[in-house]
Amino acid sequence: MHAASDITPAPAQAALLHELRARIARLERRPGRARVRPLGFGLTAIDRALPEGGLARFALHEFAGAGPEVEHGAAATLALAGLLARAGRGPVLWVLRRRDLFAPALAGAGLDPDRIVYAEAGRAVLLVMEEGLRHPGLAGVVGEIEGRLTLTASRRLQLAAEASGVPGFALRRTRRFDDPALAEPNAAATRWRVASLPSPPPLPHAADTQGLARPRWRLDLIRCRGGEPSSWTVEACDAQGRLALPADIYDRSAAPGSDRPVAATARRGAA
Amino acid sequence: MRQQHDAAPPDAPLVTAAHDGHRQVVAAANRPAQAMGLAPGLPLARAQAMVPGLAIVPAAPAEDAAALRDLAGASLRFAPLAAPDPPDGIRVDATGCAHLFGGEAALLTAMRRWLRQQGFAACAAIAGTPGAAHAAARWAGAAATVIPPGEEEAVLAPLPVAALRLCAEVLDGLRRLGLETVGALAAVPRAPLVRRFGPEVALRLDQAFGRVFEPIVPVHPPAMLAERRAFAEPLLTAESFAAVIDRLVPAVCVRLERAGQGARRLDLLFARVDGAVPAIRIGTARPSRDARHLGRLLAERLETIDPGPGVEVMTLAVPLAEPLAWAQADAAEAAPDLPALVDRLANRLGEDRVYRLAPVESDVPERAVRRVPALAPPARASWPPSLPRPARLLTPPQPVEAMALLPDQPPVAFTWRRVRHRVRRADGPERIAGEWWKRQGEVRTVRDYFAVEDEAGRRFWLFRRGDGEDPQTGDLRWFLHGLF
Repeated sequence: MHAASDITPAPAQAALLHELRARIARLERRPGRARVRPLGFGLTAIDRALPEGGLARFALHEFAGAGPEVEHGAAATLALAGLLARAGRGPVLWVLRRRDLFAPALAGAGLDPDRIVYAEAGRAVLLVMEEGLRHPGLAGVVGEIEGRLTLTASRRLQLAAEASGVPGFALRRTRRFDDPALAEPNAAATRWRVASLPSPPPLPHAADTQGLARPRWRLDLIRCRGGEPSSWTVEACDAQGRLALPADIYDRSAAPGSDRPVAATARRGAA
Repeated sequence: MRQQHDAAPPDAPLVTAAHDGHRQVVAAANRPAQAMGLAPGLPLARAQAMVPGLAIVPAAPAEDAAALRDLAGASLRFAPLAAPDPPDGIRVDATGCAHLFGGEAALLTAMRRWLRQQGFAACAAIAGTPGAAHAAARWAGAAATVIPPGEEEAVLAPLPVAALRLCAEVLDGLRRLGLETVGALAAVPRAPLVRRFGPEVALRLDQAFGRVFEPIVPVHPPAMLAERRAFAEPLLTAESFAAVIDRLVPAVCVRLERAGQGARRLDLLFARVDGAVPAIRIGTARPSRDARHLGRLLAERLETIDPGPGVEVMTLAVPLAEPLAWAQADAAEAAPDLPALVDRLANRLGEDRVYRLAPVESDVPERAVRRVPALAPPARASWPPSLPRPARLLTPPQPVEAMALLPDQPPVAFTWRRVRHRVRRADGPERIAGEWWKRQGEVRTVRDYFAVEDEAGRRFWLFRRGDGEDPQTGDLRWFLHGLF
């Protein structure tokens, strides 16, 4: 973890923590639940910050846009599509509330259209998600949830995901900015906010280039069971669904007076 | 509904003749004959005088009735309960199965298409009561009528009283009283009507408006695979129904297995003590004889059944089965069982609401996607990866106020939902021409698409109608079509 020095454990402590975590994992592991590789982001900086080295498959994860993007959640949708594109070859159930998803964009993030089964669920999104999560063999279930996701409802989804090993993704949407429903606690193992960032200033050698570069997102991990909240700046999914770290931020030498990279700051926050 | 006779060319006038006790009369006339003024009830001699060379076939009422019963049996493909409605109709109880066809209007369309393939011209109507549907199908003047629940009285009011299935003497009497329409008849006080015409008029009115229940006597084609359980005491609870399902389904599955077939549709009929027959119909995307899966599909819909005073007979029938190869049980368990999930979702949401999306070779974004069944073979095709497309498409595109230099500069700023976005970066234009071979209005139209980024980093997909030079290509208004 690229972490601020005050929270980086000493090597001895780190080994101890690792061993304790492994013991807890052994205790928690249900019978018959083999070691399953988690869903990785493909970026070491992010995967190392997550307790299982990626998004756990036996769990519910929450994704949402940030600020005014929360209504359509376009960046969050693409981030999910990229994640699922690299999550094996199994079918994905995508539970819709509104009819505004544009399938070519998901294909552009590497998610094969033959893998996605859509269900227009109207008000029954949670019900249909649970039905899908109880179904082993799916590579993932995405539900576009408008309005509240209560502790009870999210717990049901979490239990269904735990039983089947199908990762669940709650794509939160709301028509209101700063909807208090988004801040309510729920049982998701990780909660993410995906925000678009302005493109970097034009290159020095081509100052009048006004075209669009690869989009940049800020990935905020605002809650993580067994991990620390943190934040990363990434470049959006490419045609295979891979994220990248922006070269101009991560590769440049540290500015004088600063001993850590700008973007990979791990912030301490209330989980 | 009239069956076309094979012997005569379909455009030649043809009538069937029957004896009404005194003389030969026309029993039925085909469409060309009707156009020449021939109608049922006309004396045959007069008909021959009116149309020289008229083709005449003796009427065969018994064969007609048998054919109608067969057709009713065949129409069980649409719903679990069907009965002939002589002389020329079929009654189908479609409660709870319209969703399998994508709605009531789509169900009627599918029925009429099927009947046309069988050689029948038909009008169809769907309503909350058999009486209202009967009247609307014959007298509403439309090929297909859907009467929304509770609007039977309003729709039937302007129809003639003959729509109410009354006998000829009663109709005659009503005409003498000056009661021409159903609405006028419904407004008349009941007591004098009953005194004069007997209970028939009031009963037919109540049946049409849903005040009196009208049972259906369903047909059962003998060839249909079905299992039946009768009970000494009427059953009332969902638990007892579930227990019966657990016995009926394996019995049906064993017979399906012996026949090498799998069920595509299953009907579970609940014969109630009071004569009503509520039913559950389920569909599967692939033929199945998995007792657990089918039992679960049926049990999920038990809540729609009103047991009323009790159920004495439960019948599980398979109106539609398809060949299903033998499969090793353990091999089937290992593969991800997507069909089972698709069935459950389709039965809950409707078959048209579970689907996959496949590419269409069209540059117009709204047409680039088509729905395919969830279990269709993979399309193995995708959209061209070189064109970035937004994750959310607004339908219809939302008008925005934008300022831009003509002909091909991106907007400097635009206002969407009263929020002003200043454009920092942009890609475009990507010119998409109208598909004139699809719609006459698109012969000249052009859209210029721009992908733009605002100060906050949000990306939008905007287009301008028109190429900015030729006013025939569009009116230069700006629209927001999608969000990246």
